[in-house]
Amino acid sequence: MTSSHSKLYSDDVSLVVVVVDTNPFFWAEAALPFANFFEHLVHFVNSILLLNHLNRVVVIAAGVSSCAYIFDSSDATAPGGAGVAATFDKTKHKVKEFIDQDALATKGNSSVDSNNAASLLSGALSLALCYIQRIFRSGTRHPQPRILCLQGSRDGPEQYVAVMNSIFSAQRSMVPIDSCIVGTQDSAFLQQASYITGGVYLKPQELNGLFEYLAAVFATDLHSRTFLRLPKTLGVDFRASCFCHKKTIDMGYVCSVCLSIFCKNQKKCSTCGSEFSRVMPDLNSMPDQSK
Amino acid sequence: METGGGKEAAVRSMAVGAIYKTSTKDVGTPGVLRMVRSVPPSPSPPPPHAFPPRVRASWADEDKFSFTPIDPRSSVKLNVGFRSIKNQLLAKVDASKLAPPPPLWKLCKDKGGGYLFVLGNVANREKCREFVARVLEKHQGTVPPLPKVIPEDPTASTGSEQLSVERRKKLLLEDSDLRKLHMRFIPGNVLQESEFWERRKHLLDDDANNASKQRPGLKNVMHDVRPLADGWTNTVTFTTEIIHQIFAEKPAVYRAYFDVVPKKISEKEFWKKYFRAENLVRTKNIAAAAAEAAEDEELAVFLKSDHILAKEAKLKIKQVDPTLDLDADAGDDYIHLLDHGILHDGSKVSIDTDGELAWRTLSQDLNRHAAVVLEGGSSESYCSVADDSIHERLAKVARMTEIEDLQAPQNLQYAPLCIKDPREYFDSRQAHALRSLGSSSDVNKGQDYSLSTDDVFCRLMYQVSSIELHKLNCHADHSNVALKVINELDQMISRARRCNLRNPHGNLLGRLPLRTQDELMDHWTAIQELLHHFWSEYSITSPVLSNKVYIAKTGPKDQGCNDTDISKSADIDDGLLVAWIRCIIGAICDLQDIKESAQPDLRHEISQLVKPMTQALDAAFSYDLEQQQESLSPGTNPTGFEPRRKSSGLACR
Repeated sequence: MTSSHSKLYSDDVSLVVVVVDTNPFFWAEAALPFANFFEHLVHFVNSILLLNHLNRVVVIAAGVSSCAYIFDSSDATAPGGAGVAATFDKTKHKVKEFIDQDALATKGNSSVDSNNAASLLSGALSLALCYIQRIFRSGTRHPQPRILCLQGSRDGPEQYVAVMNSIFSAQRSMVPIDSCIVGTQDSAFLQQASYITGGVYLKPQELNGLFEYLAAVFATDLHSRTFLRLPKTLGVDFRASCFCHKKTIDMGYVCSVCLSIFCKNQKKCSTCGSEFSRVMPDLNSMPDQSK
Repeated sequence: METGGGKEAAVRSMAVGAIYKTSTKDVGTPGVLRMVRSVPPSPSPPPPHAFPPRVRASWADEDKFSFTPIDPRSSVKLNVGFRSIKNQLLAKVDASKLAPPPPLWKLCKDKGGGYLFVLGNVANREKCREFVARVLEKHQGTVPPLPKVIPEDPTASTGSEQLSVERRKKLLLEDSDLRKLHMRFIPGNVLQESEFWERRKHLLDDDANNASKQRPGLKNVMHDVRPLADGWTNTVTFTTEIIHQIFAEKPAVYRAYFDVVPKKISEKEFWKKYFRAENLVRTKNIAAAAAEAAEDEELAVFLKSDHILAKEAKLKIKQVDPTLDLDADAGDDYIHLLDHGILHDGSKVSIDTDGELAWRTLSQDLNRHAAVVLEGGSSESYCSVADDSIHERLAKVARMTEIEDLQAPQNLQYAPLCIKDPREYFDSRQAHALRSLGSSSDVNKGQDYSLSTDDVFCRLMYQVSSIELHKLNCHADHSNVALKVINELDQMISRARRCNLRNPHGNLLGRLPLRTQDELMDHWTAIQELLHHFWSEYSITSPVLSNKVYIAKTGPKDQGCNDTDISKSADIDDGLLVAWIRCIIGAICDLQDIKESAQPDLRHEISQLVKPMTQALDAAFSYDLEQQQESLSPGTNPTGFEPRRKSSGLACR
C-alpha cells in the first residue's frame, strides 16, 4: 500500500482502538474470568499511554446486540492518583451501562440464539473506523491508527459481508487490524482481517500471561514494527459465507458484476439485480436499424 | 607388409603397393602406400600447470599415411594424418566373375571427399582395412588409447574392450542425463569417446567392482529333491547348491559326510543312501525304514533325528531367561514329543510313530530353513554352538539372582514425561479454521450456551462489579508465566521463519516451471562438460590464440556462426578448435534465448541463474597473460574455472 501524502503521521505516535468482546455467553464459560481479562486490558492500555504522551487509546465494547465506546484516553481527567481512580470508575460505570443495554437489546432481539450468539464484530469495526476517520479529519497531524480486536466468541457467518466491508475499508485507509483471540476457536474473520490489512494475528496459549502477549506483540507502534519480527500466522482460512444463507462455503457461485457469493445457482443476483439466466440476443438476427 | 617390431614398439607401420585414384574413372597413379600408427607411451604424471599444451593430441598426430608414386616425376604425393579421416569404404569384389573389379578402398575425409586406392588383392586390402580400423577406433575412443598393460593374449584384450563397451552402453541406457550429454557432444565430434568416458571412469569401475563384491546368498526357497521314478529306478538330480543347502540345514548329515566320505563309502554311495532315507521317510515306509536302518549304519543316521540340531535347541532354551514360561514353545523343539503339526504332504503326525525315525513337521523344516537363510548359510554355521555358552548362562542366572535380591536400582535415569502440544507438529493452522465458522457440528463445541440469557448477563455483571482499582494485581510478578509466554512467542516466530525458509518459492530454481528447470540443468551440465575438456585441451595460452578466438566470436553475425566463417575469419586451421568455439558460442546463444523467451515474472530469476553460466563461458575465452604466467610457475594450483581479470566481451547474434 502506498502512503497517502495528504495525511501526515508522527512516526511513533499511535492511536490504538481496542475492540473488546463482551459477549456474556462466552465469558460465562471462559477459562479466563472477565475480571482478570479486564485487569490485563487495563495494564495494557496504561502501557500504551506510557510509551508516548501523545498516544491515544479508545476502547470499544462489542456485545451480542450492540456496541459502544467505553473509554477514550483523550477524555481522561487530570493525571495523578485521583484522576486515575476517576477514570477507572467512569470506565467501569460505562461497562456496566453497556452490559445492561446489551442485555435489554438481546432480550428484545428474537434473532439472537443463545446457542450460537456471536459478538457484533462488524459493528465494532465500523465504530472504530468511524472514529479513526474523525481523527483523520480533525487536523493535519495524526497519530498512526491501528485496531486491536480482543475476541473470544465465535464468528457469526451472518456478519460476513459487513465484516469484509469493514476490512476492505480499513485496508483502504491503511489501518492495520491486529487480532488477539482469547477464546478456544480461531476466528476466520480476524485471520482474514489481519492478513489483508497487514496486522498481527495471535492466539495465545497461556491466557494468564495475556498482558505479556499484549505488551510484547501489540504494544509497538507501526513504525517500530518494521524492525521487529512479530509472530506470523502460518495459515489463513479464506472461506467465505454465502450472501443468501450466510453459510460458510468452499465452492459457490459468484456474480460477475458485484462479486456477491451464492451457494446455489440463482437466476438473479440479490445484491445488484443482475440476471444470470438471461440469454444474449443474436446480433445477426436483429434488423439493421440504420436502414 | 606390416612392421612393428616387438610388443613394446612405439610405432607400427605398414607399406603396400597401391594405385591412387582421384576418382573411379581416373587411370590412377601407381605407388607405395605407407601407413603409420603410433602406440601411445605409458602414462606419466601430468605436468604441474593447468593448461597442458595439447599433450593428448600430440602423439595422435603421428598416425598418418603417405603415398609416394613410383614415378618420381609425378606430382601426386600424399601425406595425410588419420585425424582427418572419418571412415573407410570397401568396394565389393565378386570373385566368381570372370573379370572381377579391382579391390577399391576409399578413405573418407570428415569434411567430404576422400582418397581412393586400388590395392593388389583383397588380402592386402583387408590388411590395410584392419590397420586403418585400429587407428580410427583409437581416435574415436572405443578402444582405450592408453592401455596400461599390453595384453599377451589378443582375445583377452578384445574381451576387456568388449566388456568396457558393454558397460558404457549399459550406463547410457540407465542414465538419461548421461545419454543426453553423450548425444550432444559425441556425434558432432566435439568430444571423443575416450575423453567423454575418461571423466566417468569411476562409473565404469564401480560397475565392475560391484559385480564382483556381491556374493549371492542362499535361496529362500525350500528345496525338496524328489526322485524321478520310471518304475525301475528312482533318479535324483541335484546340484552343489542343493548339497550346500542340505549341509546347512542338516548338520548331522554334514557331520556324517565328513566322517564316512571317502573313508568308508564313496560320495555317490553316500548320497544314494541319503536320498533313499528321504524317500523312505516321505513314503512313510516304516517297516522298510526300520529294516534298512538295522542293516545300514549310515542310512540309520539319516533316519534318526538330527542330534546336533537337538543339542543346539537345548542350548538355546537354556540361554532363555529361566523366569519365562516356555510351555508355549514346547511343540517346536526336538526334545518334546511330536503330538501336533503336519508333515510335508499335509498329513498329520500320528502319535504312534516309531521314536527312532525322524518325523519332521513342516513348521520345523520351515523354521530351520529360515534360520539358515537368515544366517547366510556359511560353512561355519554347520557346526553346533560351543559349550562355553554355559558360562554365559551362569552369568545370566547370577544377574537374575542379583535382581531378585531386590537391590536398589542403580541410578536409573529417566526423562521426565513431556507432552508436547500436537500443534507444534503441524505447519498450518488451517485445521482450526474448519472448526471456526458456523457448521452445524461445531455449534455446540467450545462454548456451552445452555445457560439462559439472564444468567449469563448477571454473571458478567457480577464479574465487572468485582473489579476494583485497588485490587488490580501487577502481573509482572508472575515471572514463570512471563517466561512461558516469551518461550512460546520465540517458538512461534522460529517456526514461521523455518516455514518461510522451506518455502519452495524462496528457491530460485524452484520458482521456475519444471520444463525451464530441466532445460537450465541440461545446459549447465553440458557447459560443465564442455568447459572441463576445453580447459584441458584448448585453453587460450597465447595472445595470438586469444586474438583468433576474439575474431571468431565477433565474426559475421548476420551469417551465423558456422565453421567456415569462423575458420576463415580467424584463420584457424584446427577444425576441432573451431568446433569448440562453435559449441561454446552456441551455448551462450541458447542461454540468451532462454532469457528472452522467459515469462516476464520469471525473467529476473532466470537471469540470476543464467549469469554464472555465461560468466563461466566468457572466462573460457578470456586471456590474461600475467595470470597465465603466474599459473605456470611451480607451486600454484589454479582451477579451471578461475575468474579472469580481463574478460573479453561476448558477441552473440
